Amino acid sequence: MPLSMADMHAYPRVREINADNLDALARGCAILGTGGGGSVDTGLLTSRSAIEKSGPVPVVTLDELADDAVVVPLSGVGAPTVSLEMLPSEQDVVALAAEIQRIMGRPIDAVMSSEIGGSNGVHPVAWASQLGVPLVDCDGMGRAFPEVQMVSMNVAGLPVNFIVLADVIGNVSVIRPVDGEWSERLARAAAVASGAHSLMADYVLTAAECRGAVIDATVSQAVALGSATVGAGDPLAALVETLDARSLVSGKIIDIERRTGGGFVRGSVVIEGTGADRGRLVRVEIQNENLVVLDEGEVLASVPDLITLVDTASAQAISTESLRYGQRVSVLAWACDPLWRTPRGLEIAGPRAFGYDLDFVPVEEIGSTTIGAPRA
Amino acid sequence: MPDLDATPNPASPVGTAGLDGRDLRIGIDVGGTHTDAVVLDETNTVLAWTKQATTADVTTGLGNAVAAVLEELGPRRDRVGRVMLGTTHATNAILERRALGRVAVVRLGAPATTAVPPLLAWPADLREAVLLDSVIVGGGHLVDGYPIAPLDTDAIAAFLDSVEGRAEAVAVTGVFSPAFREQELEVATMVADRLGADVPVSLSHEIGSLGLVERENAAVLNAALYGVARGVTEALAAVLEGHGLEVTSYFAQNDGTLMAPDYAARYPVLTIGSGPANSLRGAAFLSGVSDAIVVDVGGTSSDLGVLVGGFPRESALAVDIGGVRTNFRMPDILGLAIGGGTRVRGEAGDVTVGPDSVGYALGTEGLSFGGEVATLTDAALVEGRVSIEGTDASRADGVRKLLSDALAQTDESVAEAVDQVSLGRSSQPLVAVGGGSFLVPDDVPGVSTVLRPRYGQVANAVGAAIAMASGRWETIVPAGPARAEALEEAKRIACQRAIQAGAEPSQVDVVELTEVPLSYLPEPAIRVHVKAAGPLGRV
Repeated sequence: MPLSMADMHAYPRVREINADNLDALARGCAILGTGGGGSVDTGLLTSRSAIEKSGPVPVVTLDELADDAVVVPLSGVGAPTVSLEMLPSEQDVVALAAEIQRIMGRPIDAVMSSEIGGSNGVHPVAWASQLGVPLVDCDGMGRAFPEVQMVSMNVAGLPVNFIVLADVIGNVSVIRPVDGEWSERLARAAAVASGAHSLMADYVLTAAECRGAVIDATVSQAVALGSATVGAGDPLAALVETLDARSLVSGKIIDIERRTGGGFVRGSVVIEGTGADRGRLVRVEIQNENLVVLDEGEVLASVPDLITLVDTASAQAISTESLRYGQRVSVLAWACDPLWRTPRGLEIAGPRAFGYDLDFVPVEEIGSTTIGAPRA
Repeated sequence: MPDLDATPNPASPVGTAGLDGRDLRIGIDVGGTHTDAVVLDETNTVLAWTKQATTADVTTGLGNAVAAVLEELGPRRDRVGRVMLGTTHATNAILERRALGRVAVVRLGAPATTAVPPLLAWPADLREAVLLDSVIVGGGHLVDGYPIAPLDTDAIAAFLDSVEGRAEAVAVTGVFSPAFREQELEVATMVADRLGADVPVSLSHEIGSLGLVERENAAVLNAALYGVARGVTEALAAVLEGHGLEVTSYFAQNDGTLMAPDYAARYPVLTIGSGPANSLRGAAFLSGVSDAIVVDVGGTSSDLGVLVGGFPRESALAVDIGGVRTNFRMPDILGLAIGGGTRVRGEAGDVTVGPDSVGYALGTEGLSFGGEVATLTDAALVEGRVSIEGTDASRADGVRKLLSDALAQTDESVAEAVDQVSLGRSSQPLVAVGGGSFLVPDDVPGVSTVLRPRYGQVANAVGAAIAMASGRWETIVPAGPARAEALEEAKRIACQRAIQAGAEPSQVDVVELTEVPLSYLPEPAIRVHVKAAGPLGRV
């Protein structure tokens, strides 16, 4: 079994999500969103409402679940602008769980996030609360990715048995796709009919199947990242240390190019170095998420390693939609889970999966001589 | 503060009188520290101006400012026909949780939206002050117009009956109502039938844009402010009546335009944020440029904004009002903790500028004024950027190097802020206004020139006095063949709303039209925002 990032960094295990650490979770999910994953705001509201109503949500590790425990990975699919207007229902996840129980022949035992980065990292707190089950301290990406098949369960070779979708109206759909690509196509079509947003469960698993096929301890990681900057004299240094990240450049955004096409925001942002980085021009390539960092043609970091732009003063993550001229930002990059660095992981979510003609090189192995020091 | 030009120019031309000879107007801007007033004639010449202290009750300071300019006008006061007021009454009421109405909140959208109850993220004390009761009932639409559920009129009727006699106002928000507004209108009719026409109704589609939580918040705040709006109108009327003035009054709103009183009474929340907008519009008028960066330097802080075509550039981000997130369009303002009273500490080579300020007390506590506190005004005096009567800059000789370092640091902060708001567009002029504008150096990197217009110290009150009336409309239109017709309807509604706000019908124009394609949708659709504006009609 690959060594997970959580083992390497030993983030303190979170035992519950409550009113006190929910905001930290959301900040951490924004950092793990690598610029995409959708705004955490709505997930914060649903989770806050659920915690106010039913109390803290227990967080468990996979080891604490019985081998045959049913774990349901959940995410929202659809158009981000719609989810800000058509807010979630309290009932959709209940209808979805009832359908899974019918299929599996037993009640579900826990839920997990399909995607810890962005909104889908925070919403599961509300879903777990509404179902009265614990949240598992793991997810299917360890970050954010734009497509349904870009999950660790797919990398691990697990088959997509079925997908269950539940919408705000109360409709429930079960899809049995032949592979991950068809799951993306059919799930999106169903979500569109439901008003361009739906709740989705895919890769419904037993706890035994999950082990080695998910990214472990990412709820704890998100809370640790979101807590690292609180009260820190130098929030950026604190975040860099907690992430074990490289600060690739600190500077000012001097150019942004965005194109919307095929449902994605594509483009690039250019950062002009300041301070110790004066004289450098660094470009970040974007497709919903930050995917590649280039310095005079040299690749400093690339997907599936994580690349996040943060506000240099506050160390808060900045999403790709919120980037604008003049912002003072730092570009941080750090290693993804080893699962993504396997040949199959890179085939599904390496640079070439996004159309970049370059080989993935781990962030810790490249550009080490040109990397500026984190802001003192 | 330096008295740059206290006497109105006696040689200024007097405009042709209005139909009834009432050709003068008073512009008033109530700010955090000062209440400013100006009197303009029909040619927009400044006849009188004043800067008074803002009082805790706001109204007293307002009265003082009006009294001061009327005094200066002398017998010409009979020619005042209009008063334009930009005020912080509504903002203060929200910040202080004072005089707010109890609101019954209706949301149309169940079973959607039930996971986020209304007013969820409000500060508890503000929610307590405002929320009477709330309900989420069947209704609302999907993004393509398909109904989520039929409008549950039985549930609405039962809810309205339960709050009868207790609700001071009702706020109604439907899912996707900016595109499909009929259900909200139907509920408004039900409220009038069941609770009476004197219980005001705040409809979300008239106030905010897409984003249900923020739009609902704005609609509820608006409903809570009806009483405050009545209070302001009455206070202003009392002040004017006290001076024997019979005038038409207008209220400044957050985009730098005006609303007639009956319109302001329906949308009081729009008065929030009028200060920076007034200041930007006033700076544009006084300097004669319509595309520029504006810096308004006060006693405690500075606001930087950008003028595009004579109007403030608006922020794309959500705006927090008293801890409540809303999605009004507000001027895109960058605030700096730099003002005339900002304290300077430390020693040469290790200077700390602010962020605190002596504010009002500059005239007694500032070093050059005989006090013991080093401030940025002392720095400007020492460096010769301004001379102020009655000050003695030599009192600051001992800390000359410290002050000079502080001013250098301030210049750098201003230059950096100017670059940030410019969005990379260099060589625009920089217009410096406000009582502390002498802090801005003559040479700022990235700008073509620094303009310091006459009467810049009361640019905000001038902005209120010269403002036009406007109306807005936001909706979603199909991207196909029906687009043209839907766009025309949106323009027509925006113009109609500008006329309701007080614009002269024959001179209303669409001044802004933005279309944003929505991604990931089943049918291509465009979010359209239209703003129409025109000069005020005759009184």
